[in-house]
Amino acid sequence: MDKTINQKAWFLVLPVFAVVAFSAILPLMTVVNYSMQDTFGNNQFFWNGVGWFKELLDPSTDLGGRFLASLGRNLLFSAIILAIEVPLGIVVALSMPREGWTVAVCLVILALPLLIPWNVVGTIWQIFGRPDIGLLGYTLNSLGIDYNYVSNEFDAWATVIVMDVWHWTSLVALLCYAGLKSIPDAYYQAAQIDGASRWAVFKAIQLPKMNRVLLIAVLLRFMDSFMIYTEPFVVTGGGPGNSTTFVSIELVKIALGQFDLGKAAALSLVYNLIILIVCWVFYTVMTNAGAERPEKKGAA
Amino acid sequence: MARIDLVDLAHSYSGNDAPPESFALKPVTMTWRQGGAYALLGPSGCGKTTLLNLISGIVTPSRGKILFDGADITPLSTQKRNIAQVFQFPVIYDTMTVGQNLAFPLQNRGVPKAEVEARVRQIADLLDLTFYLDRKATRLTADAKQKISLGRGLVRSDVAAVLFDEPLTVIDPELKWQLRSKLKALHRELDLTMIYVTHDQTEALTFADTVVVMHDGRVVQSGTPAELFDKPAHTFVGYFIGSPGMNIVPAVVSGHEARIDGHVIGLHRNYGVLPAGAKIEIGVRPEFVNIAAPASGLLAANIERIDDLGRARFARVRIGDAKFAARVPPGFSASDNSVGLVFDPAHVHVYADSRLVEGVA
Repeated sequence: MDKTINQKAWFLVLPVFAVVAFSAILPLMTVVNYSMQDTFGNNQFFWNGVGWFKELLDPSTDLGGRFLASLGRNLLFSAIILAIEVPLGIVVALSMPREGWTVAVCLVILALPLLIPWNVVGTIWQIFGRPDIGLLGYTLNSLGIDYNYVSNEFDAWATVIVMDVWHWTSLVALLCYAGLKSIPDAYYQAAQIDGASRWAVFKAIQLPKMNRVLLIAVLLRFMDSFMIYTEPFVVTGGGPGNSTTFVSIELVKIALGQFDLGKAAALSLVYNLIILIVCWVFYTVMTNAGAERPEKKGAA
Repeated sequence: MARIDLVDLAHSYSGNDAPPESFALKPVTMTWRQGGAYALLGPSGCGKTTLLNLISGIVTPSRGKILFDGADITPLSTQKRNIAQVFQFPVIYDTMTVGQNLAFPLQNRGVPKAEVEARVRQIADLLDLTFYLDRKATRLTADAKQKISLGRGLVRSDVAAVLFDEPLTVIDPELKWQLRSKLKALHRELDLTMIYVTHDQTEALTFADTVVVMHDGRVVQSGTPAELFDKPAHTFVGYFIGSPGMNIVPAVVSGHEARIDGHVIGLHRNYGVLPAGAKIEIGVRPEFVNIAAPASGLLAANIERIDDLGRARFARVRIGDAKFAARVPPGFSASDNSVGLVFDPAHVHVYADSRLVEGVA
C-alpha cells in the first residue's frame, strides 16, 4: 500500500494536544509533582521522594491508617450498593410496562431522581432522616425504633446506602429496560412455544440479552459510588466518628482541612489508579465472558 | 400428532368490529390431516403468517375455532397447545450449548433425562449437528443457528404440528436446497404434521404434498402441486404458480368456443352460456401454447422477445394489446415478428370473475 507521507498533518492535531496538555496533563503533572514534596505553607516545598506513597501503604502510619480504613469503607459501600441496585434495577425494569402511555409515565418517574443535583439529594435525606423534624426519622422513632444517623454508625450507613439506592437504582433500571426493549418478539414467542416458564425465559433470554447494558450499569455505578463525596458529606459529614468517611472525604480533609498538599496529591494518584485498574479488570473480564465470536468455519 | 380443523377462522388486527374486507385473514374452513406436509404459499401480506400464528396461539383469532383432533383448543395458550414453531430468523438461547438448546423444549415439559438425551442425539444426527453438541450456540454461523432452531422445532415427538415461518430466509441458496430436502426427509422419518409458510413457489412445491395458496387474506386454492399447475382454481393461482405464469386474456365464451378479438379457439369442454355481467377470461399456461409460422387458422401475434430458460424457450408476444407468453418449439426460428399461436384445447380454462368455471365434458 502506498501511503502519502505528509508531516503537515501533525499541525492539525496540535490544537488538540495543546488543549489536552492544559486541561489534563499539566494539572496531573502538578499533582505528581506535589506528591513528591512536603510543604509547610508559605509556598515552601521540600523534596520527599516516594515517602508519601510508602506511608500510604503502611497502615501503622497516620496517613496509611486513614487511607486504608476509608478505602475499606468505600469498597464495602460500593459492594453493598451494587448488590442492591443491580438486582433491584433488573426487577424494576422487568415489571415496567412494554407499551402504551404508561411507559412514558414510568420513564419520567424513574428519571426524576437522576435529575436532582447531588447536594440537593444529600440535603433532602439529611432533613428526611432527622429525628425531630424529618418524616423518616420522626416516623421511625415514633414506631419505637431508635434511629439517629448522627450518633449511630449503623443508622448513618443505612441512611447513606438507602439514599444512594434511591438516587441511582433508576439508572440501572433504565439501562436494563433499554436492554429488554431490544429483544425481538420472536425470542419470547419461541420461548412460549418451547414451553419455558417465566424464570426460564429470564434466565435463557432476558438476562443474557441484558449482559452488555448490565456491564455498563455495574461499571458506572462502581465508579460513581467509589468516588462518592457530596451526598454522605452533606448528610453525615463523614461521621459519626469516621464511620462514613469515604476516600474522597478523607482526601478533602487532608488537602483542604490540613493543607497537606503532598499527602493529598499522593492519595489522589493512588485513588485514581485504583479506579482505573478495577474498571479495566472488570471490563476485560466481563467482555471476555460474554464474547460473541462466530467461528469462521461453522457447521456445514 | 393430530388432525387440525379450522372452522370459520378469521382474524383482524384492528378488532372484531373491523369491516370484513379489512380482515388480515378472511373466514377459512379447512382440514389438515395428521402427518401431512403442507405449504402456505402467497405473496407478502396475504395472511399466511397470521394463519400460522393463529394455529400456534401467538395470535388469538377474532372469530372461529381451531380443533386438534376434534378438541377445541382456541382458548388455550401457546404452551398448552403442543405446537412447535420455527421462525424466520434463528432464535438461539445464548448461554446454552447446542445440545442444551435442543433439549430446552423437552426439559421444560419434564421429559425424563434419558429420553431427552436420546431424542437430542437423534435430532442432532438428522441435522448433522452432533459434532457441535457441546459448543456454545452463539459462536456458530447463521445457518447452523437456524438448524438449531429447526432442531428445537422437531425435537418433541408428541407435537400436534410443526410450523415453519419462512425458515430458510437467512440461509444461502445452496444450503437452502440441502436443508429443504433434509426437512422433507425428516418429515418422512418423524411422521409429524408440518406446515410451511413461504412466498417462494419452488420451496412450497418441493416441500409439500398439499399447497395452500393464499391471496389477500383468503385461501384461493388448496391442492397438490400438479393440481395447482394443471387446474388453477383462481387466476391468481395461475399467475403466481409457474414461471412464466399463466396467460389470462379476456375472451367471449359460449359452448365449445372462446373468441379473442374475433378469432375462435376451440375448448375441450362445453361452457354453455356464462352469466352475463361477469368478467370472462380464458387462462392457458405458456407450456400449452406453441408458436408456429403464421397461418390462416391461427391466432396472429407479434413476438416482442424470446427468453431462453435453458430447458425451454418462451416467447413474449402481443395479441393486439394483450401480453402473452408461449412456448417456442425446438428448432423453430421465426422469419419475422409475426407468428401464429397453436393452443392445446385440453389446457385452456375459462374464468368468470377470476374463478374457474367447470365446463361440461
